[in-house]
This record gives sequence, C-alpha cells and structure tokens, in this order.
Amino acid sequence: MKAVTAIDQFEESYDLVVVGAGPAGLSAAARAAELGIGVLLVDENPAPGGQIYRAITTTPVGDREVLGADYWRGAEIVARFERAQAGYAARCTLWSIGPDETAAEGEAFEIGLSLDGRARLIGARQLILTTGAQERPFPIPGWTLPGVMTAGAAQIALKSAAIVPAGRTVLAGCGPLLYLLAGQLAAAGAEIVAVLDTTPRGNWLKAAGALPNFLRSPYLAKGLRLMAKARRSLRFVGGVTGLAAEGEGRLASARVARGDAAEIIACDTLLLHQGVIPSVNLSNAAGCAHDFDEAQHCWVPRLDNWFGSSVPGIAIAGDGAGIGGAESAALRGEIAALGAVRRLGQIDLAEGDRQAAPLRSELERALRGRRFLDLLYKPAPQFLAPPQDETIICRCEEVTAGQVRDTATRLGVTGPNQMKAFLRCGMGPCQGRLCGPTVVELIAQANGTTPAEVGYYRLRPPVKPVTLAELAALQQTEAAVKAVVR
Amino acid sequence: MSAAPTSADVIVIGGGIHGCSTALHCALRGASVILLEKDHAGRHASGVNAGGVRQLARHVAEIPLSNVSMALWHRIGELVDDDCGFTSDGQVLVAETEEDLANCKARVDDLTLRGFHHEELIDGKELRRLVPAVSESCPGGVISRRDGAAIPLRATQAFKRKAQEQGASIREGVRVEKVSRDGKTWRVATNVGDFLAPRLVNAAGAWADRIAADLGEPVPLEVIAPMLMITAPLPAFIKPVVIMVRRKLSFKQFGNGTVLIGGGYSGRALRDENRTVLDWRKLATNAGTVWDLFPLMRGVPIVRAWAGIEARMPDDLPVFGPSARYEGLYHQFGFSAHGFQLGPGAGAVMAEIIATGRSNVPIDGLGIARFTQQAP
Amino acid sequence: MFRSMRDAGGGTRLSFTFDGRPLSGREGDTVAASLLANGIAICRETPVSGAPRAPYCLMGVCFDCLVVIDGVGNRQGCLVPLREGMRIETQHGRRQAEEVLG
Repeated sequence: MKAVTAIDQFEESYDLVVVGAGPAGLSAAARAAELGIGVLLVDENPAPGGQIYRAITTTPVGDREVLGADYWRGAEIVARFERAQAGYAARCTLWSIGPDETAAEGEAFEIGLSLDGRARLIGARQLILTTGAQERPFPIPGWTLPGVMTAGAAQIALKSAAIVPAGRTVLAGCGPLLYLLAGQLAAAGAEIVAVLDTTPRGNWLKAAGALPNFLRSPYLAKGLRLMAKARRSLRFVGGVTGLAAEGEGRLASARVARGDAAEIIACDTLLLHQGVIPSVNLSNAAGCAHDFDEAQHCWVPRLDNWFGSSVPGIAIAGDGAGIGGAESAALRGEIAALGAVRRLGQIDLAEGDRQAAPLRSELERALRGRRFLDLLYKPAPQFLAPPQDETIICRCEEVTAGQVRDTATRLGVTGPNQMKAFLRCGMGPCQGRLCGPTVVELIAQANGTTPAEVGYYRLRPPVKPVTLAELAALQQTEAAVKAVVR
Repeated sequence: MSAAPTSADVIVIGGGIHGCSTALHCALRGASVILLEKDHAGRHASGVNAGGVRQLARHVAEIPLSNVSMALWHRIGELVDDDCGFTSDGQVLVAETEEDLANCKARVDDLTLRGFHHEELIDGKELRRLVPAVSESCPGGVISRRDGAAIPLRATQAFKRKAQEQGASIREGVRVEKVSRDGKTWRVATNVGDFLAPRLVNAAGAWADRIAADLGEPVPLEVIAPMLMITAPLPAFIKPVVIMVRRKLSFKQFGNGTVLIGGGYSGRALRDENRTVLDWRKLATNAGTVWDLFPLMRGVPIVRAWAGIEARMPDDLPVFGPSARYEGLYHQFGFSAHGFQLGPGAGAVMAEIIATGRSNVPIDGLGIARFTQQAP
Repeated sequence: MFRSMRDAGGGTRLSFTFDGRPLSGREGDTVAASLLANGIAICRETPVSGAPRAPYCLMGVCFDCLVVIDGVGNRQGCLVPLREGMRIETQHGRRQAEEVLG
C-alpha cells in the first residue's frame, strides 16, 4: 500500500480507481493490484474498514469480546490490502465522475477528488464503486431531536472511539444490525432500557417460504446468536406498530404503540434502525441505471455478472450492489476486480472465468438465506411512509410528510424530481440521502402507484459538497501540478 | 372520463414554458388544444434554468415581447393561480471599468430614443447600495427595477395545470415521431398514435430543428447545456440578480439564502439520451470569477451543479412567428438560454397570431425566414 | 450524550475548544465523536427553522454534524479528525458572512 496524503501526490491517471475502503473496496483493490494493475483506493474516512470493519486498525476498544469475532475478521482483509501495491487516499472525497472528453478511445473517466481542502481532476480507465450501504431512513415524529441517532451511528462511535451512550438508551426498529448492536452496547456497559422491535408479525408468514434456504445459510448461526444474546439480558418489546421521539429541544422519551396499547419510555438516547439500503448517490450521479428491488424494497444498480453497471467501465460491488453483508461484499469486490482487469486487457475472459469460479460459488453460499432476512425484516408501511402529516421527512430542508402528500395530490406531482421544485426536498447538502426513499414512498402512496413507477431523484454532482475556493483553484492546481511534473 | 382527444384546433409540440403558455392562451381564447410532451412539462430547459425574469440587456428585437411578458409576470398569480415563486428585486448589470460604464450609458440612451425606459443608469454609490458585496472598484452599472426571478419548474407546471383546467389536453410521455401534411390538416405521428389539427405550434426547444427540418424549414440550431451551480445557504447579502458586463457571470441569492451561480458556460448536451455532461474546468473558471468579485463567498460549499438541454440560434435570437412556408404552422423555439422570462408573453402573442392572424406586438427580426431564405 | 468505555485504551489527549470552552479529546477520534464524548448535545442550528441538531449518522450521510472548525463552516464533524488546538464552534443557521471569510 502506498499512502497518498496530499492532492498533488496523485498520479495524472490510474488504470483503476476504487471508491470506498470497506470489505468490497479493499478486496477489489488488493486483487487488482496483485494482478499488476495500477490501482488507487479513495475513502472518506480516516482509516480503512468501511462501516462493518470501521476503525479495524485503530479501534481503542480493548476487549475483543465486545465487538465479536466477525468484526475482527476485517483485520485480515485490511492486512492483505496493505501488502498489495495499491495507492490509498484516506479522508479523500470523490465528488464527480464524468467521461474523459480528451481520451482517444476506449473507456476513460475524469474524476473529481478533494483532499484536505484542495480539489483536483484526475483520470481513471476503470472504476469500481464500493460505497456500500446506508441505513434506511426511519422517519418518525421527533427523529430530528438531539438524542436520536441511527443504530449504525452508535456502532461507529463504539468501534472508532470506544464511547457508548451515557444514559438510558432505547433501540428501535428491526434487522440483524439492531440486535447485534444491542448485544455490543450491552457488553460495552451501556444502560439499555428497551429494544423495541417493529418487525411486522405478518412478515414471519411471508418469509416462511424462504426458510429452508435460510436454515442452510451462514446467516442462521450468526442471527440466532445475536438474537439470543440480546434477548437474554435485555427488555425486548415485540410487535411495535408506532413510534415517536418526544422532548423539547432534545430527546426526553419514546412514545411506543403496540396496536391500541401505548407506552412512554423515558430515555436519553434513542437509536433507530430499519435495515440498510445501497448508497446510490454516486452511481446515480454517474449515470448508472437502477431498478427497484421488490424483495429488498430499495433501488439497486442494474449489474451484469461481473458487477458491471450500465455505464461501460463502471462496476459496483459490495452492499452498494444490493444488500448481502460483509462476506459477500468482499467476494463481489474480487469478482468486480477481475472484471475490470479483464476490461483493461491484463487477463482474458477464460482466465477471468477461471479465477472467478471459486469466488462465485462462495458468493452463492454466502448469499443463501438472504431472501428470508429481506422478507422478514421488510419495514412496515407506516415506517416507510409516515402517516402523521407533521413528521419531517427531509431533514435538511425540514419538509414534512403532509407537504409531500398534499403536493402529490393537489398539484398532481408524479415524481421526486418535480417535488424538489415545489418543496425543496432533496436539495439540501445530503442530496436526498435521507429523504429520497420516503419521498418516493409518499408519492407512490398518494398517486396509487409503486416506487418502481415513481422513480428516484436524478442526482447531481458534486456528489459531496465542494467549496467555491476548491473549485476556483482547480485550474491553478492543475497548472501547479503540471509545472512540478515538468 | 372520456378518452383523450386525438384531434383539436391546435396542436402544440413541447411542454416547456413556451408550449404550456401558448396552450393556455389558445385555450383561454376558446380553442381546443392538444399539447404533446415527450417527457414531463418542464423536464428540460424550462425546468432547470436560472429562473431569471430579466428585461435587462435584452436584444432590441425581443423587447416588445419581453414587455408583454413582464406585465404578465407581475400578475402571474391571477393568470395561473400560483405565484410561481416570482419575486421582483430588480436585476443589475455591473460595469467594472469607466469604459464599461460609458457603453452602458450609450445603451440606455439608445433605448430611451426607441421609447423603452426599463433600463436605468446607476452610479457607484447606488450600485453599492443595491449590491453591497460588490468590489469597490466598480464605477456603476444599469438596473432594470421590475426584473426578478421565479422558480422555473414550478412556473412551467403552473402554466400546464392552468391550461389543463381551461380544457387543454396535456399529453406527457408522448413522443412525436413524424409530422406530415394531410391536405390542410397536420398529422402528428407519436408513440401512442396520430394526432390531427389544422394548426401546429413547434415549441420543441432543443429538439425543434428536427420538426422544422421535417417540414422543409431547416435551421442552424445548436444544442447547448448551460451550466449552473448552487451554494449552501448564506446570510442574506444581495437582493437583485447581478450580471456582469465584461465577464460571464450571473449571480442570484434566493430567499432561503442559497446562491445560484451561472454565466452561460455550456457543458455537453446529449439530447438523444436526455442528459448532459458537466465541464468542471469551465465551472472552475466560473467559480474563479465569483472568487474575484465576491470574496465573502470563497469558503461556501457548492452543493449541486447541473445543466439543462437548450436550443441556441447563431444570432442568439429566438425563432418566433408563422412559418415562412406553410399556413397553419408556427415556430416558437431557439430562445438561446434567455427564454424563460419571455414564456408568458410569447404564449399570449402566439395565441393571438394563431386566432387572428396578426398581433400589435412587433416581432420583426424573429421569423424563421432569416435562416431559411438566406443565400447559401 | 456519550461516555468512554471502561476498558478503553488511554491514548494521547488533545486540547480543543467548543464555543470557547476548553475541552479535551482522544487523538484518533473525529470531531463529532469528541463532541459526543464531552457531552455536547447540540452542534448546529438548521438554516431553515433554527432547530437544534446533533450528529445523527456519524458516517458522512446526514450532514447534521456540520460545525465551524477554525473559522471554516459547513465541515462534516464525523469525517474530520480532531487536532490539537482546534477551535470548534456551533454552526448557527446560515453561516455568518464574516465566518465565510475563514
């Protein structure tokens, strides 16, 4: 690994640029570099690992039991990457992907990078986007109050800084991560007063058909372990149908509904989780086609069997290709790397197939049983499209569910891009990351259509904000770099 | 509900602000109208432009049409039942040198002689009162006080809805494949079947040259992708829209504090794919101009950048008025990145021409004949 | 509000200020984590309504952890490592023009 720590240390162009240093990106970059390709891996965070292996090389958590064996598996993935001859830029934001207009022929891109307050455009012949997943927005009344966070946020705080919520803590939602986190936080000494499970009871029936595969899957043992650990010691409240965060200026309590029964639980921290969905902002802005996946109830990029997207030369691997978990992410990353190496002409198709074959069968095994989890933890409709009009759905522009519903019905707005012009939802700095799925859901509900028909935001670069100063200095930066090279 | 009509008095091709406005004004005059739009109303240039409602610095040939439009913008709520986010804080043209200012004075004097009084010369003191953040060295400029800005997609869709309410049949997702003449009737073939009408308006924006060419009136239309950027919110520091004499820059702060930065730099338009590609080197130049003129903007984040697909004519003037070749055919396109303000008025004048054969509003110099009847 | 785990390794301490208050954090933590560890409940007020906000996702997605760092606003606290002597401030709604100068 060759660390790149300043903007002028980048080469003019790379054969392959990988975006995101989670298991998929680390594995993709390592595999490609091992095959002799010039690779650059860029990542926003201070250290490699992505979300699942967050801070794996730097965590101050001493007791290995707290984070569990699955977490520590990430160390080997990072170690392999460190042994490979790939460039690595931490705290580096990729804010734009466009075609390289100067390229004579073939697949070539121009990417915008930002590091330490300076921006630069460089070239990439192939791209693998491994930007992973984000937690599905879980819009409830009061979710913008200080004291309410995502479960993932608490896990990141635990892994990277060894800090845990200080007071009475409530976890709410559904999905494997929620139970894992409950166990981890409990082991780390947090005071968990309740775990509120919103898994719709009907989902068990819907998921039953997928049960046989699940029983043979690697998810099973892990899932049962997590569940048992959480249930053993914690107050577990099932069948939650409604949830609100309450307090003046900060969280004071959670209001919980279970059918007709209501309960108020005083708490200092409320951690929300409603499963994870692919992060589509970068692939969408790069022009890759996406489809709505009914089983996972989210947008996923349209990919071929090498994880190539609809834009030739851009592949998408890891959970960004559809939720599959850490193990499958690493395998997908390696297959995508073989695809990119093949497109670069370093290996032929037969060799690519030969090297990919064992990865593909392992991937199939790793994903077995996924469908059961998708069906079981599909969020209840009221948590996808909040029924209370006053619930904020766009945290940046403070747009409510009622406003979206009203605009959809009264003004006949049929898509999220038009909605932006009326309400500004999705136009704040997060670029719709925390309102997009909800806006789509609300429009579909109001117009009696489906999310697939409603479509998603057309996302605009910069994918992450870049300052005017950085942009204005782009030309000078280029000139300066060229001067140094000469 | 009865099936949507396939014949009418007027067919309008294109659901931008021009097509929607013409459809509305035809319907207000009692005509039956079908509007055909391949995407949705305002999907391209009309929905993603800078929203400038500007008379300032317009070509003289457009000023009469622009005057009609400005009167409508100032009562836009009455016309379309939506204020379209229209605010009127003026637009200011900033002179950076004494020479610039002398040119501004010559322009304002010329307009006055022609009987147009919307532009007004201002000195350095008034300039800094209106635009406190501007550099001290600028000696003055020109203001058009009734100018302002609106929200483009919202305005375009308001025209669409009002046209619909007045009986127009607005067909979104209907792509025109071929236009032909059937006696005195126009036959418009689309992906959902044929539409018939004796009168046809070509308001197809960046795609209008294909329709014109189909009908034997080829024009040298250039497809452009004017790029815009918007910042995170800043405290209010500038009310009017600002444009520069010498440099490519337009600058507008919205009520929510965000600042829109444009300048007419074009990215690459891929009209067959309905998308655009940004040119970051040009945007860097654009950002550099802001860096120079508005130092307080230097640290602000650019949150989004985008480009619309728009038609530009070689002389930067629209093609507007009856066909030079056929009766019953009208052109309304090629607004060259400054057509948004003209939309309301151009629709009213076009509807008048369609209904009565003439208008008191002079449109000399805008006809398609200037391209089709020139010596090769 | 967060607190350190009992067994957390000590590590190097760094001094910083939040709205002028002297505080300390652990080297290697992000700005957002350091604020949480110091019991800071609110890091910004929104530009739309002025409502108080705190870090929400800690993974660079939500932009609710925006703070002013050494005079430069709109920084994502969850992505910026803490440095010795950092001057961190609450981001009040729209950034003040003089702050923008940086």
